[in-house]
Amino acid sequence: MMETIIEIFSYPFMIRAVIVGVLVSLCAALLGTSLVLKRYSMIGDGLSHVGFAALAVAYVTNLAPLSVAIPVCVLAAFLLLRMNENSKIKGDAATALMCSGALAIGIMAVSLTTGMNTDVCNYMFGSILAMSKSDVTISIILSVVVIILFVAFYPRIFAVTFDETFAKATGTKSDLYNMIIALLTAMTVVLGMRMMGTLLISSLIVFPSLSAMRICKKFITVIITSVLISILCFCAGIYVSYVYSTPTGASIVIANIIVFITFSLIEKMRERVTQL
Amino acid sequence: MSLLSCQNVSFSYEGKDVLSKINFSINQGDYLCMIGENGAGKSTLIKGILNLKKPSSGRILTGEGVKQNEIGYLPQQTQIQKDFPASVYEVVLSGRLNSCGIRPFYNKKDKQDALDKMDKLGILFLKDKCYRELSGGQQQRVLLARALCATKRMILLDEPITGLDPIMSMELYELVKELNQKENITVIMVSHDVRGAIDYASHILHLGKTQLFFGKREDYKNSELGKHFLTGGIEA
Repeated sequence: MMETIIEIFSYPFMIRAVIVGVLVSLCAALLGTSLVLKRYSMIGDGLSHVGFAALAVAYVTNLAPLSVAIPVCVLAAFLLLRMNENSKIKGDAATALMCSGALAIGIMAVSLTTGMNTDVCNYMFGSILAMSKSDVTISIILSVVVIILFVAFYPRIFAVTFDETFAKATGTKSDLYNMIIALLTAMTVVLGMRMMGTLLISSLIVFPSLSAMRICKKFITVIITSVLISILCFCAGIYVSYVYSTPTGASIVIANIIVFITFSLIEKMRERVTQL
Repeated sequence: MSLLSCQNVSFSYEGKDVLSKINFSINQGDYLCMIGENGAGKSTLIKGILNLKKPSSGRILTGEGVKQNEIGYLPQQTQIQKDFPASVYEVVLSGRLNSCGIRPFYNKKDKQDALDKMDKLGILFLKDKCYRELSGGQQQRVLLARALCATKRMILLDEPITGLDPIMSMELYELVKELNQKENITVIMVSHDVRGAIDYASHILHLGKTQLFFGKREDYKNSELGKHFLTGGIEA
């Protein structure tokens, strides 16, 4: 096993993939806890589809992919949160609309020019080969921003997640912190979707925190545990993917599913024990 | 100057008045019970007092050094909170956020205050317990401790006994009464349980799209409206 790991790190593209992957997993897990608890689990899905459309359009028009996708996703995240508050179309419907709408636009844009090719397929299902040097730089910068903002606003993010009405009534600018959460999520999704693929990125947000919530009883331990789970599952997934040539994104999700089931069983057993 | 006063306040949703001409004021140490049927405008008035909704006319003023973000609020529990993974301490501490200003983290004084408030409400032994594993009564105490962290002088309780059994309800009423009398904390309570709530209050505000009654409890009990509503409340 050690030899395989050394072999993995002898390829520059694998090193890049691991760096970006670990950072994205970390950010996704940090934000995931808050999003899941606020009932925004589907936002990752919605954003990744919008990201796909943006990347497809960028590909067709020969623009730099990330410089199109990040602003578009940030905008979409703001829209989704706004819709949740006061509009005639409610949050879940809005997310569903955005998902299918964006996917259609993306596919149209691609089919009008080149037809479905490997590049587009990579965006749908992810590819570790997609990471370029500039991706690595952007990932590092963005994840540092995400981590700093998250830590700096941690007490406020907790307050807004637990009870938005109370937070607002006692003078916390909850709209602002919702915006910050949306902004950070959008950036994380765009970075992650190229590796995990449009269809799988939301699992990075949802799985680790749900697994952590099975066994942890404090908010802070939920967050730390979900970050650890996320990074661990990523490493396991990429190892399996390398050794058995399975798709990276799917391998990572499978690792997450296994952890989730294990933790659920532990929770069940604990409940049994306390009942006895 | 009173602690809180409403001067000819009206609220409207989409141009329709849902509550109009509210005029009352309360002073330090008062215990106001807000009653009225469903749709009478109680929740709307609460939102107004907490600055979550702007009145369409009139003014809501806070005085004697109480800022509008210093009203301790005990909201109705949301679905989200019922399975929220957080320790009691974390929840209570979050009530101190409004005294942090631009400081990103809690300091020693914040943490000590949270512990003091938990001690006062007899939930210090639950400090490291998970919020979602507590009983309904304990959860209300935790939220009450958080509300006390956010305020020095005034708390607003929105239907605090919803979902509590009669014994837990009594305990909560006694607790609030104690806070009111011993700590001289002003209390505004909204309740469906008219009979139980009224016994503890010093003042009554009866709403029904407009202000039907405001005054001392005894006066309310002797008024036509009060007699009608109270007996009606018992039979229902």
